[in-house]
Amino acid sequence: MSGPSPGWQRVVTVARTDLKQLAQARDFWLPMSLLGSLFFVVIPTILLLTITQIGSVEVVGRVSDALEVLPESAQSQIVGDSPEGQTGYALAVFLFAPVAVIVPLTISTAVGAATIVGERERGTGEFLAHSPASAREIYLGKLIASLLPGYATVAVGFGLYSVIVNLTVGPSVGGWFFPTTQWWVMILWVLPPFLAICLSLVLRLSARVSSTAAAQQASGLVSLPLIMIAYSQATGVLFGAGYLPLVVGAVAWIGAIVSLRRGMRSVTRSRLLGVASGI
Amino acid sequence: MLLGPNGAGKTTAIRLITGALEADTGTVQVFGHDPTGTAGEHVRRRCGVVTAKPSLYDRLSGIDNLRYAAELFGLGRGSAADRRLAEAADRFGIAESLHLEVGGYSTGMKTRLALARAVAHGPDLLLLDEPTSGLDPESAAAVLELIRSMTSDGRTVLMCTHLLAEAEGLADRAVVMEAGATVVAGAPSELSKRFWPSEIVSITTAAGTDLDWLVHRSGVATYERTAGTARLSVDDIALTPALVAELVVRGAEILAVEPYRPTLEDLYFAIRRDRRSTDEPTGPARSDAVEVGS
Repeated sequence: MSGPSPGWQRVVTVARTDLKQLAQARDFWLPMSLLGSLFFVVIPTILLLTITQIGSVEVVGRVSDALEVLPESAQSQIVGDSPEGQTGYALAVFLFAPVAVIVPLTISTAVGAATIVGERERGTGEFLAHSPASAREIYLGKLIASLLPGYATVAVGFGLYSVIVNLTVGPSVGGWFFPTTQWWVMILWVLPPFLAICLSLVLRLSARVSSTAAAQQASGLVSLPLIMIAYSQATGVLFGAGYLPLVVGAVAWIGAIVSLRRGMRSVTRSRLLGVASGI
Repeated sequence: MLLGPNGAGKTTAIRLITGALEADTGTVQVFGHDPTGTAGEHVRRRCGVVTAKPSLYDRLSGIDNLRYAAELFGLGRGSAADRRLAEAADRFGIAESLHLEVGGYSTGMKTRLALARAVAHGPDLLLLDEPTSGLDPESAAAVLELIRSMTSDGRTVLMCTHLLAEAEGLADRAVVMEAGATVVAGAPSELSKRFWPSEIVSITTAAGTDLDWLVHRSGVATYERTAGTARLSVDDIALTPALVAELVVRGAEILAVEPYRPTLEDLYFAIRRDRRSTDEPTGPARSDAVEVGS
């Protein structure tokens, strides 16, 4: 790609200002916080306590049967001396895994979908279009501002989830065991590029559509790759297959870089003004 | 001063100047650079723009809006930048409200904040798009004072407006636009000469009808009377005392005699009338080169 490299100070300024506005939008972050706490704290706590503390033979039996669908390699990783412990371990490591994907995806796409079309709708796109910031700097700033809320929720939620899992399941499997290596790989290596790919597509949509509502509708489609990752993780396919997560992550990073570079072209001054053809 | 009806292209002209839009045809040079090229950042850094809508972030406070612009326009952060911002806010009487969320500002306060934001980094070229529309008289006066102050400092101010009376006496150069093209451009006094080559005198009498005799008087080029006041163009302004003396002799009760200077509004409507009658642009068209700044 040609052109000067972006001024990182202005990228940070755009991102920081967007985040500051988000922090002021209580009507946005309150429901999103509830969503995060529901998926990372409330549901895991109730289910894991039900399995490990109440010890309902029937419930454990049903969940244990369900775990038969996991691949052999994933099943071999399950630890625990008792059925309750093994079931709790499997739930914690495999079946609750989609929350790590769904929550940041929901938050980041909600932020990203509104970010550029929102500037246009509020009329502030005109200010940015007349500013010295390049379209690339604006794009990157908005990308970071969309990425951070989702990823920060994962970081906090992941921490809380780890404590809950270790407190509820740990005693049944011989102590604190979470996060497992696969979860670290998932959170630090696999999730970020997939999130970046989705967001680059969402930002491209946001630059092109005529309203925030339209951007949010369309952004639902681009979340499919992340749903796929969530499904792979929940069924143990991704975790149970040796180096596969590393390979998937590497491919995703390449895809993310390509997608982000292409996405940069979607933000133009005429689109910020709302006068470009095709808006 | 950019003048013209809605849709004439005034806002587009401002967008072309900052490089926010690319011209379909022709070239734009600002401070000697193409604003859509690699020098665009340099050009925009030297510009301050107040758009027709204030383009402010309602969820941020006034000071956060100013800080955002200060960082993007290269003023940076910190106490030195904050001092500049406070000075700019103070200039427009908005300093007391800077800690409040902009969503709660009145229209006038928003425009004042937008003005403070546009001048805080000390632009060499100030572009104002209808800056006084919807403003209270005090705020409108602050805008006009800003223009005088900026131009007296040797900076360039380009203003689009419909309120010609307010702009009276401010413009060094007026550009009348229509359908994206320049209809006529020049200093207001030169344009007035073009449309009113003779001197104009306004004479008011008690009766009014006794003025009609002037229609046939030699040296009077045009005559137009409304009630007791006649507006006539004369070949030489020195003829006026003689005309008044003759009117007195004829029994007219003179109430007022004054030279008449066409206002910007008169000029604008005269240009528009002329445009409609000829339907031909008399200035550079859309595809010509435009240069702004030095």
